[in-house]
Amino acid sequence: MQRALRPKRFHQLWPFYLLAAPGILYFLTFHYIPMTGLILAFKEYSPFKGMMDSPWVGLDNFRQFFGTSDFYMLLKNTLLISLLNLIIYFPFTILLSLLLNEVRLKVFKRVSQTIVYLPHFLSWVVIYGITISFFGPSGVINHYLGQWFDGSANFLVSNEWFRPLVIFQSIWKDAGWGTIIFLAALAGINPEQYEAAKVDGASRLQSIWHITLPGIKGTIVILLLLRLGSSMDSNFMQIFLMTNSLNLDVSNVFDLFVYHVGLEQFNYSFAITVGMFKSVASLILVLGANYAAKLLGEEGIF
Amino acid sequence: MKLKATWFDTIIVVMICLISLLVILPFLYIIAVSFSPPGDSMAGNFFIWPKHWTLDAYSYLLNANTFLTSVKNSVIITAMGTVLSLFVSITLAYALSKKFLPGRRIMLLVIFFTMIFHGGMIPNYLVVKNLGLIDSYWAVVLPAASSAFNIMVIRSFFQSLPESLDEAARIDGAGEFRILYSIVLPLSKPIIATFTLFFMVQFWNEFFSAVIYLNDTSRWPIQPLLRQMVAISASNISAEAAVDASLAANLGPNVQNAAILLAMLPIVIVYPFLQKYFAKGAMLGSIKE
Repeated sequence: MQRALRPKRFHQLWPFYLLAAPGILYFLTFHYIPMTGLILAFKEYSPFKGMMDSPWVGLDNFRQFFGTSDFYMLLKNTLLISLLNLIIYFPFTILLSLLLNEVRLKVFKRVSQTIVYLPHFLSWVVIYGITISFFGPSGVINHYLGQWFDGSANFLVSNEWFRPLVIFQSIWKDAGWGTIIFLAALAGINPEQYEAAKVDGASRLQSIWHITLPGIKGTIVILLLLRLGSSMDSNFMQIFLMTNSLNLDVSNVFDLFVYHVGLEQFNYSFAITVGMFKSVASLILVLGANYAAKLLGEEGIF
Repeated sequence: MKLKATWFDTIIVVMICLISLLVILPFLYIIAVSFSPPGDSMAGNFFIWPKHWTLDAYSYLLNANTFLTSVKNSVIITAMGTVLSLFVSITLAYALSKKFLPGRRIMLLVIFFTMIFHGGMIPNYLVVKNLGLIDSYWAVVLPAASSAFNIMVIRSFFQSLPESLDEAARIDGAGEFRILYSIVLPLSKPIIATFTLFFMVQFWNEFFSAVIYLNDTSRWPIQPLLRQMVAISASNISAEAAVDASLAANLGPNVQNAAILLAMLPIVIVYPFLQKYFAKGAMLGSIKE
């Protein structure tokens, strides 16, 4: 009886295929057709001959890419930013979650959450604008540096300041938002555990160490692996805005290189080669991260 | 039990206050600069409370054609993008929420795979270019119309609705579109509200696709224009050809910061509504079958 109520024949099913059609068409057009463009990595693209008739060059583009010092520079810059985010931004997010979780005054907790979540919704251009207002040559920080120490710093146009600024921006924009997933995990911890610990005379720091942290261990491990899996991805919007010719030694990451080579120098084949290397490396990392999560007895990312 | 504040509570509250202050201060400073005459902020003789109040920056921006055009473009892109994204995502997610649909697993796999592998920037660019979308609003809207993540989240919501609901409607002879429109959608208001807000924020904040797909700067939304307006002041950053020479000439710190504020204003306005839904929305993402 139950079964009979569910559409089974085509004349009953076609409305669902019709509903799915625009979305499927979207994924094919804007996700799968671009994948076919990857064959240009194995060709020397000529705009006059088009994608199909451009001559094959085998792995020449890849050889050229791995043979240059550019490759090592891009790999180093990309991974270093990811690593800094991993060891500074990520623990900061956990720390902020623990702080918020320890607040006992509900109103105070809600107000501070409202405040720290907000920057997540601002565009990177707005964040960049605020950064310039503070760290730019005539920004407020340089003003006080001049007034108090008679000095100034080229925050936005120097190799030394690029990474600290980028990490600071990431924390300012997203650390608050990043607490949501931890706070949800924290809410799942049985309150009886805390009461039992209290009866046994545990201090609150001891409770955090022995109850709270183990309670969110699974979430931490999964998010850590997700981050490792995406180490080849930079926050491209952020980097694109913060980069300039004076900090390119440290700000040049894979995506930025692809942009410069592809859309400024119009060397499509080489840009696609670099982009393809990044996509494939990311895929391997993500699958590896998922495998590792399952090895560790977690549920896995997918 | 009455709450008794201990030194531990005090430390926690103080640390959170400091962090919150770090978030709020930049906003206050931006507001203050936008309401101060340029001379004041360059001399740096105030921080978060202007010494002299002036509306010059705002009256200038609200009369500058380039700026108004970019706001108009942003509004159009946001409206087009939000409607299209809602339509594409909801219809596909609804179809995929039906376990009886043959081919559902393959479609899900096709969608899921885009989460972990993609062609990349240049192949995407070539597709948009070959479709003849360069310099059209569609170039910004279409490539961002949906994502695997959105589909998965909305689909898991639809799956949480009781199946007996549409079965009952089917017995009563309602067509599938009718069921979706008059039964499922009214029950899905929370998820639709969440995604409407997320899409609005996403398209209002869209920046990079406008830079690469819109050569005609009269089509530019607000974000790329704002970027040019603020980048000019970081004087040793390579001077780009300014979109509008008179706008560039009038760029005092007050105008720049007023532009930053106006660019974030719509976000701040919808933020209270966003906040009502986003925790739910963000958590829905982690629901798995």
